[in-house]
Amino acid sequence: MSSKLNSNIPKGDLRDKWSQYKSEIALVNPANKRHIDIIVIGTGLAGGAAAASFGEMGYSVKAFCFQDSPRRAHSIAAQGGINAAKNYQNDGDSVYRLFYDTIKGGDYRSREANVHRLAEVSRNIIDQCVAQGVPFAREYGGYLDNRSFGGVQVKRTFYAKGQTGQQLLLGAYSALSRQINAGTVKMYHRHEMMDVVLMDDTTDAKRGKVARGVIARNLITGEIERHSAHAVVLASGGYGNVFFLSTNAMGSNVTASWKAYKKGAFMANPCYTQIHPTCLPRSGDHQAKLTLMSESLRNDGRVWVPKKKEDAIAIQQGKKTALDIPDADRDFYLERRYPAFGNLVPRDVASRAAKERCDAGYGVNGTGEAVYLDFKYAIERMGAKAVESKYGNLFQMYEKIAAEDPYKMPMKIYPAVHYTMGGTWVDYNLMTTIPGLFATGECNFSDHGANRLGASALMQGLADGYFVIPYTIGGYLSKDIRTGSIPTDTPEFDEAEKTIKERINFFLSNKGSKSVDYFHRKLGNIMWEECGMARNEKGLTQAIEDIKKIRADFWKEVLVPGKADEYNPELDKALRVADFLELGELMCRDALNRNESCGGHFREEYQTEEGEALRDDENFAYVAAWEFKGVDNKPELHKEELVYDNVEMKQRSYK
Amino acid sequence: MNFTLKIWRQKGAKDSGQFVTYPIKDISSDSSFLEMIDILNNQLVEKGEEPIAFDHDCREGICGMCSMYINGHPHGPENLITTCQLHMRSFKDGDSITIEPWRSSAFPVIKDLVVDRSAFDRIIQAGGYVSVNTGNAQDANNIPIPKTDADKAFDAATCIGCGACVAACKNASAMLFTSAKVSQLALLPQGQVEAKARVENMVAQMDKEGFGACTNTGACSAECPKGISIENIARMNREFIKAKLSSENV
Repeated sequence: MSSKLNSNIPKGDLRDKWSQYKSEIALVNPANKRHIDIIVIGTGLAGGAAAASFGEMGYSVKAFCFQDSPRRAHSIAAQGGINAAKNYQNDGDSVYRLFYDTIKGGDYRSREANVHRLAEVSRNIIDQCVAQGVPFAREYGGYLDNRSFGGVQVKRTFYAKGQTGQQLLLGAYSALSRQINAGTVKMYHRHEMMDVVLMDDTTDAKRGKVARGVIARNLITGEIERHSAHAVVLASGGYGNVFFLSTNAMGSNVTASWKAYKKGAFMANPCYTQIHPTCLPRSGDHQAKLTLMSESLRNDGRVWVPKKKEDAIAIQQGKKTALDIPDADRDFYLERRYPAFGNLVPRDVASRAAKERCDAGYGVNGTGEAVYLDFKYAIERMGAKAVESKYGNLFQMYEKIAAEDPYKMPMKIYPAVHYTMGGTWVDYNLMTTIPGLFATGECNFSDHGANRLGASALMQGLADGYFVIPYTIGGYLSKDIRTGSIPTDTPEFDEAEKTIKERINFFLSNKGSKSVDYFHRKLGNIMWEECGMARNEKGLTQAIEDIKKIRADFWKEVLVPGKADEYNPELDKALRVADFLELGELMCRDALNRNESCGGHFREEYQTEEGEALRDDENFAYVAAWEFKGVDNKPELHKEELVYDNVEMKQRSYK
Repeated sequence: MNFTLKIWRQKGAKDSGQFVTYPIKDISSDSSFLEMIDILNNQLVEKGEEPIAFDHDCREGICGMCSMYINGHPHGPENLITTCQLHMRSFKDGDSITIEPWRSSAFPVIKDLVVDRSAFDRIIQAGGYVSVNTGNAQDANNIPIPKTDADKAFDAATCIGCGACVAACKNASAMLFTSAKVSQLALLPQGQVEAKARVENMVAQMDKEGFGACTNTGACSAECPKGISIENIARMNREFIKAKLSSENV
């Protein structure tokens, strides 16, 4: 392991690590908590839950979100559900099984200790949410209902129709609102974090430079604000929007974690991107974002393309429709290739299989980039009414966008960028390589390895926010009880503010000829083509050069209208895209370095004869953590070896 | 498709605004309403003009951020969708389309089509929660909840807080929004302990924010993109009367 990386995993048996550690961790007494400030960036499941929990514990909290209300964070869009090892279905589920499924689903590229802790606290999450009044789906007896999700053989997913993320987020938002009312949390909405500020630790010189605050921008007035704290928690989400088109919200961005990276927080496994198999296909150049259809649809829908090339061509040309293809001429390729899991294989496997068929010429729309998800068989088996009660809202959503009735005509779907497993490197305490800077939820890298299982993002966000960081942050803050409040009139704050003001002034005075979106689209195209579902050495090498060129062009030609001291969404975008243009290059470098295929990272050079991902455990069973060395310099790679004491590393098989 | 857009432009909260007309050409019928505004904005930016400010984020009808008053209807002519889910195939080629921000004094305009909806947050902060600290919960299946109650609570809880109900109401009343949260928690056993204080405090905050009174017109529910039922207002009124009859806040 690199000398700069210490995962701080507690010793002892895997099953006891967390409970043992929790009982030994240093505490901050209630009278001292009042005098300790914590900043939380982002109010999704991880940030909202963390800010609310810190407030309940008595810390003095400042929470920031760029949306007009903390309730709008993108966690709200998660549809399908949240996993928990409750075993309410009596189908053999357990903490160990959830742990094992997650490790295997992540293709043996995540940390055993973190994942086991996640599986343990999963059960508390459901209890907490029900106590908050989250209206999960129930059976007629009044008990909670479950459904199954990809990559597992038990029913452990709790859900609230197709709006599970919304209900969980509103639960966290209500807990947060309660603390805002109580005065423990001060909420800054329509604020974006522009930089993290580091200072020398005055109480413990051994810690060196520690995170002591942020620079934030008020998006309405444009004012640059200084906020100090004893610790900063990033909960700013994933960076899927580097692809321009993704299922992320339009405002989702990497800026908070990228600024942290540039100040010394390592970025881990940035190339691990989840491409979700069931999204609506692209329809044209006007498109600004892609829409996801819940994975739960694969419980009852069957995925297929025509067996005969001539049928596929006729469909692409609009001469035939799905209804003209008899059952015998349909290729249910997931059931054919993966009989054990069928249509419920994990997301990475399902996405690649769709791409494989479409690349071979069997796509089923004008662009040749779509496959069918067919409910005909489910309707025959259980009737249209039952299908409607399970998926009614999703069918309605599909019909609104695609203008086709999915009860009559199979849905057309295609993979799209959805989630990023990579992110800011954190140790077992969720602390980054900058002391006092923590990262939670999608913005850290820790629990999903190279591929995340469905319904596990909500679980991880809430686990981090409610049940992990409230404990682990105390261990760090216990050394800050004598520090006193942190001043903001320091050279470090001056410097950070000056840098960001210069950047803003640059954008507004550049007067180039192209809009921010022009560059973002160009970057997105390269990322999708070369660093998307399939990657290879040649493409990645070229992509790195191409991204550098776009970046140079951007700084020459970008045009941002308006002023700095007003509501100016084009300026917000420019500041975000500038960071995406640097991140894209790092993702390609990481993908190029990883000479193996694992989970969502598929290098064409490394595959089995059957086209499955071929891992290289001997050389790549490590976390690649990158250290920033300057925008135009190569970053330095640090390796955290992954040790598996409790599971055997196998080729992942869903056959 | 070609359209004539009449869009409300307003520099800031204290400035007066006006409609500005923009012709737009060659829009695909598959394009979403907001994608059409994106296209217009890119054209404006490249001409060096200021783009139209509008709120939007998830673009899949769930975050509640988008908020356009289109041809006299919040979220446009179709039912049960948000502005971001509206597609241009819902209009005819050559149509004139009028776009305004939400109109309510409790939602002041920030710029163009962007309004300040923080009044909704303050209503929730006044009591829209169950006071349970992290880690206090018992096992989730200890209290069975009848499915019909859970389903009704869920239906109320699907409110996205967009404010269309206020925009649709001639009195700019926030009764549908407030009652959706009160109802959700009133229907669940977890919400009972604080039921009285909750409804009193939330209604008081709603009045303080300057939202108008409810006259049971039903426009809120008819225009709600999530179909939140007006039944929730009736339930909140019952909760309110129940609370007031035994209130200690006299």
